[in-house]
Amino acid sequence: MRDVAIIGVGCTEFGELWDRSFRDIFVEAGVSAIQDANVQGGKIDALYVGNMSGGRFIEQEHIGSLIADYSGLAGFHIPSTRVEAACASGGLALRQGIIAVASGYHDIVIAGGAEKMTDVDVETTTDALAAAADREWEGVMGATFPGLYAMIARLHMHKYGTTSEQLASVAVKNHHNGTMNPKAQFQNEISIDAVLNSVMVADPLHVFDCSPITDGASAVVLAPAEIAKKFTDTPIYVKASAQASGTLSLHDRPDITTLDATVAAAKRAYKMANVTSKDIDFAEVHDCFTIAEICAIEDLGFVKKGEGGKATIDGMTAIGGKIPINTSGGLKACGHPVGATGVKQAVEMVLQLRGEAGKRQIDGAEIGLTHNVGGSGGTAVIHIFGR
Amino acid sequence: MTVARFWRRLKNLYNLIGTHCEKCGGYYYPPRNLCPKCRRSSRSVPFKFKGLGEVVTYTIIHSSTKDFEKQTPYILAIIKLNEGPHLTSQVICDHNDIHIGMKVKSAFRKLGEESDKGMLYYGTKFVPMGSRDK
Repeated sequence: MRDVAIIGVGCTEFGELWDRSFRDIFVEAGVSAIQDANVQGGKIDALYVGNMSGGRFIEQEHIGSLIADYSGLAGFHIPSTRVEAACASGGLALRQGIIAVASGYHDIVIAGGAEKMTDVDVETTTDALAAAADREWEGVMGATFPGLYAMIARLHMHKYGTTSEQLASVAVKNHHNGTMNPKAQFQNEISIDAVLNSVMVADPLHVFDCSPITDGASAVVLAPAEIAKKFTDTPIYVKASAQASGTLSLHDRPDITTLDATVAAAKRAYKMANVTSKDIDFAEVHDCFTIAEICAIEDLGFVKKGEGGKATIDGMTAIGGKIPINTSGGLKACGHPVGATGVKQAVEMVLQLRGEAGKRQIDGAEIGLTHNVGGSGGTAVIHIFGR
Repeated sequence: MTVARFWRRLKNLYNLIGTHCEKCGGYYYPPRNLCPKCRRSSRSVPFKFKGLGEVVTYTIIHSSTKDFEKQTPYILAIIKLNEGPHLTSQVICDHNDIHIGMKVKSAFRKLGEESDKGMLYYGTKFVPMGSRDK
């Protein structure tokens, strides 16, 4: 296997982009990544794109072909593959790209993710997202995504004494980080009271405990590590790429408050990178709901099980804390275009490790981790990056 | 879900029929084609659960998908059946009474409806033990 590097990144603004189409956003992300990497279109060997539900959101399948075509790459006839794993589609597209380069099958590969979620009404979006759960045994009983994570939160509170204030502190932190990210959907501060006073979606989760519905696209350019410096002075190296499956349904999980796919993927990733959780300087984790970030920092081994809420409200995961989490604003504040999120997490890694993260730049970061989850934990994809 | 897809599961949804692994003795609801522990080395046979269990965790859903809009707010829960398996269903009770550990029993109820002209779904929900609901 060859070592792999990221040589270019691109990302659109995240938000309700009413005036821009699916095509507009993936072209923007792809072109900026290619420009950043300083590669010519003819040098690109393959394209992998994460997209959860083009069929439901824009009534368009065959996304691989569409993107190759409108990126002007159909003329080169490069292979273009859509990758789907619900909200982990982006992370998984990145992983497919990394595997393609590591194996020696391809040299220059674009891994991207795109989702256009605001062309349909909110109920349709909610239902499309509910398809990431088990339609026949969860959805049919009235389960929604916030509802599933609310049940995780309820049990976490019961077992570990986690409070609504601690949950809210995740959103407060991520909104604060979002104020420093010009691409974030929300760039405003919020307070714990604002979260607690916001509309209840699925008790105990308020609307401010939930990531928003977002349009956005992101892309990275991958190359074999040995030639990465031909393109850029600051390649960022992929230290590990790991993926694990868990049960599709939350009710089948051995412990409802643990995403065991995250635990398994983390174990593989740490082994591959030859590091432990203590060596990780910062991370982008899958905070689709505030409780999800608390479970993530526990399941990744940054804190003991049950202590995620306290660690967050105490500032351990803030910029300047022991391990900054979601410097981009995370899914909560930067936004969550489901297919793009996993790739955006890698974009944030690259910006931080290059020292190009602007006001939210953290000091001395050497090793970063991304954690992207599909559904309530049926898929987990973890990557570790370093300079 | 489409009519055919729902119809195929009617027996299970109406009667709480899951599967039982003849080798390891495990009980599964929802039904599984393969026992996740024994896989190909065993046979799974249908098994009708008694419908008694307890609430493992729950939420009150205020914002639902279209099919459930008329029912909001409603209690969604993960229930551990006495035979072992966990399932997701609704609990019909006063919202102030629902709690983790609550003993419940199954009840035949309307699950949802697609629209004024669409299909009605029926299946198994749960009510507190001791409730006179059937």
